[in-house]
Amino acid sequence: MTDDLFDSFHDPAIGRRLAEELRRIRLKQSLRLMHVCGTHEHAIAKAGIRSFLPDGLRLIAGPGCPVCVCPAGDIEMAIQATERDDVIVATFGDMFRVPSSRTSLEEMKASGADVRIVYSPMDAVRIAEENTDREVVFMAVGFETTAAPIAATLLSGPPRNFSIVASIRLIPPALKFLLDRGGGSVDGFVLPGHVSVIIGKAGYQFLESQYGVPCVIAGFESVDVMQAVIELIHEAEGDPPYRVANLYRRVVSETGNKLAQEAIDKVFTVSDSQWRGIGSIPSSGLVLRPEYYHLDAAMKLGLKARGHDADLLPGCICNQVILGDSEPEECPLFGTGCTPYRPHGPCMVSSEGTCRARYLYRPVT
Amino acid sequence: MCLGIPMKVIKRDGDTAVAEAGGIRKDVRLDLVSDVDIGDYILIHTGFAIEKLDPKEALETLELIKDVYRAGMTGVVDETDIDPKQHPDKDPK
Repeated sequence: MTDDLFDSFHDPAIGRRLAEELRRIRLKQSLRLMHVCGTHEHAIAKAGIRSFLPDGLRLIAGPGCPVCVCPAGDIEMAIQATERDDVIVATFGDMFRVPSSRTSLEEMKASGADVRIVYSPMDAVRIAEENTDREVVFMAVGFETTAAPIAATLLSGPPRNFSIVASIRLIPPALKFLLDRGGGSVDGFVLPGHVSVIIGKAGYQFLESQYGVPCVIAGFESVDVMQAVIELIHEAEGDPPYRVANLYRRVVSETGNKLAQEAIDKVFTVSDSQWRGIGSIPSSGLVLRPEYYHLDAAMKLGLKARGHDADLLPGCICNQVILGDSEPEECPLFGTGCTPYRPHGPCMVSSEGTCRARYLYRPVT
Repeated sequence: MCLGIPMKVIKRDGDTAVAEAGGIRKDVRLDLVSDVDIGDYILIHTGFAIEKLDPKEALETLELIKDVYRAGMTGVVDETDIDPKQHPDKDPK
């Protein structure tokens, strides 16, 4: 019974009815809606949701892929670690092929370095327990969603030969940045469901009090996304004040996951951080607290975050794609000089990068 | 990256559990959730449960979703069309 209940969120019959409703909507004025989550982009592209949006509605992808916004300098630190014989680098699969200024973890592995793909940070701890004579460096990339498991891993008492390169970014400061920078206005946000699991609806309170922009917290099934878009259209065409609507209440609460917030807060502290292709955003990242410096790979091994100039490789417009200023198809390299098989920019590498999702589910002509 | 998979708890052992989805079983950590019982649904991200799923809220959201097209212009809603057990598109399990 409950299986069926959760399955209903990707029920094609319900999806069809919502698609019909979407097609029927006539906008009073054109709207630009933005989501900031790679998993949303994946769901939108896979279900072909853009093909039945009303005329005048643009659903654009913002900076929602932590791998895509991980600066080349952070990847460079992991690459420096791979150059040492006494180090094993563990990484999520998404990060494996992202290029830095000179190479990628994948290329380092091909040339003999010990780089291992893990599903969980706890897998990296296990590798450290099995290889006590070598340092295991975990490339800790993610938003709030992933910050919580990483924090829990560090709190679980990993062995002395375990450390991380922390490249964790926060979504609310990125939303602030997008709203403050002007130009390319956004009429509404589809807020990322699993970041919201951690920070709760309360994490977006500033959107109501300071910005007054329509926002909907949405899940990741096709039905969730369509419902969110319909709700945002109604909100954006209605009158202020706009409230943050929570349409993902089956896992997102008002105040979020307190245990997760406590774990993050115990281990990390907020810092200004670099976003690939965007630059520095105030208070937008997490770094280890001094009590946890013994788990900082950069300090332990003397790694240096070099090569931020590689954040944008020649010809790449990932920076404009990440900000929602350009569609992937507007990039001259899209599908020719840059494909998932030979990616040039980070948005084509990650399974949740906007360019990759758009390429994989492109219309057949 | 922020992918979360809903899984059902089938065994619990302190800070860890065995959870199942689509016939696949996985050891998961429970450090970030409290009061998890066998039979509960939990959202798994990178091997950790990051929240429990609330069936009551899921049901209410589904009703809201159905209201969207009930209130719309599509005319009469045929309830059999949206019963997960009866419509033909559902993947056989």
